[in-house]
Order: sequence, then structure tokens, then C-alpha cells
Amino acid sequence: MKYTVDVLIYLKEGVLDTQGKAVSQSLHRLGFDQLDDVRVGKYIQLAINAQSAEEAKTLGEKMCSELLVNELIEDFDVKVVD
Amino acid sequence: MRVAVIVFPGSNCDRDVVHSLETTVGAEAERVWYESHDLPREVELVVLPGGFSYGDYLRCGAMAARTPVMDSVRRFAENGGLVLGICNGFQVLTESHLLPGAILANRSLTFLCKNCTIRVERNDTPFTALCAPNQVLQMPIAHHEGLFFLPEAQMQRLERENRIVFRYCSPEGETQDAYNPNGSMGHVAGIVNERGNVLGLMPHPERASERILGSADGAFIWNSLHSWLEEGGHR
Repeated sequence: MKYTVDVLIYLKEGVLDTQGKAVSQSLHRLGFDQLDDVRVGKYIQLAINAQSAEEAKTLGEKMCSELLVNELIEDFDVKVVD
Repeated sequence: MRVAVIVFPGSNCDRDVVHSLETTVGAEAERVWYESHDLPREVELVVLPGGFSYGDYLRCGAMAARTPVMDSVRRFAENGGLVLGICNGFQVLTESHLLPGAILANRSLTFLCKNCTIRVERNDTPFTALCAPNQVLQMPIAHHEGLFFLPEAQMQRLERENRIVFRYCSPEGETQDAYNPNGSMGHVAGIVNERGNVLGLMPHPERASERILGSADGAFIWNSLHSWLEEGGHR
């Protein structure tokens, strides 16, 4: 079975997000006064051949640990979507 | 002095490193392709050069850190071999966990290509043995991701263990925010591992190793390594 696995990667609390800061400044300039903060992350979509959704998720998590995520600065979520 | 200069897809300072090693200390420097599983025999120094390995995709240095040649570089370092990572090479070293920390986008979010001055914090390393204490070196930086980051507790440990070898500073040698080009924590421009045989720095010594280039200060690093190895230094 082929599964689509979504990976969301966020910068950890306390890690300076210069991109988020710049985007936030621009949004404020556009008049979005309600905006408090912006954090910029990454979205990665994986197509994985696996026996089950659980296996696809485990594989996705393993890919995160081995390459996709730097756990010193990033947190991640892995979700099997179909 | 036998040197292996690793070439990843997207490295672009490898030839400059070879040139400066040959002209300053007469080194025999060989470029080694990233798919190699072994380093050339009797290599005494490995240099990971600057550039944009894998187009800086995902995270700078992340994919280069997971190439076959890096297994050999890791074994080499574990046996006490000298490893120098410059710019993208520094990013590869942190991504390989051969050095602590992560290198994030510059505080300014712009690519910075300019001369800067760095202060030598330690001259008891193979890379700085011929520098005077607190000597100020002028070398260019050229990067978009150069902000050295470590969580606070680990940063304190790095300071305590005296692992910071270069800090950005004013031409007079003072550390000031105005002279910290990328916002690095602790004004860090270069650090060394616990054993002292693996060093990463953002500035480019190979672009400042002869007077015609505006500064010959980078040659202090090549000369230091040369003299360390000549004297049979071991880490």
C-alpha cells in the first residue's frame, strides 16, 4: 500500500526564528495589528510504501530522526493522511 | 603535509583551499569526491571546504553530513586526525555532530560577503599554534546561514570548556554587537571539539592567504597546522 505521510517541522521554543520575525514585521506593516507572532516551519510530504499506516508512520519518524529534522533546533509532527 | 579536501556536489571553495595550501606551506593537497568510502593513505588533515553542498536544501550541510565520505572523516577524527571545516564545512561538521550546535540564518536575513576581524581565543590548538594570544585576524565571510546557535546550558558548557577558538571582534580586538556580523551567540566565529582536533569556522582563511587578496592572515592557520604536524603533534 502506498501511504501519504505529512511531516511538519517547527523551530523549537527559544530558537531565534529570523524568518518568522521578518514575516511578522511585514504583516504588521500591512496593518495586521492583531498579529502577535509568526513562526515559520517546513512541510514535507512523503509517499511511502508500507504494509500498514503504523509502519508508514514509523518509517516517516525514522526519516525525521535520520535526516529531515535537526532535533537540537526543531520539533516535528508526523501524520499519515491517506 | 598531506591533505584531503572533500568535494561535495555544490562545494565551490575546494580549489581555493588546495591553492592556498600549496602556495603557503607546500602541502600535497588532493580533492576527494564525496562518494569515496576511504580517504587517501597517510592523510594528515581533512578540509571540508565552503560552498553550497546540495544547494543548501533542507538545512545547510545536512545532506553532505550523511554522505559515504563522512563515515571515513568521522573515523579519521575519532583516531585523532585533524579536520577543518570552513563555512559550509562548519555547517557539515555540526550536522555530523562532530561539533556541537547549529548554524542558523543570519540575524539580518541577508547574504553577507565582507571582510571581518576575528580574535584568536586559544593558541594551544593545532589550527592556531602560531598565533599570538588574542591576535586579531582579518578574513572574509560569505554566508547566509552563519549564526551559531546552542541552547543556553550547552553554550555555557562550551564557554566553560574553553572551546571557542575565534570570536568576531572590532579591528582592535573588542567583541561588540556592531562587529558580530551574523548574530552568532557569544560572537562565535569558530569552535573546536573536546579533543581539539576538529575545528569549524565561518570565515574563509583560503580567501585571505596572500597579500594580493587583501589579507594574508589566513596563512596563520595553514602555517600553524604545518608546524604542528612537523613537530609530530598529536591530539
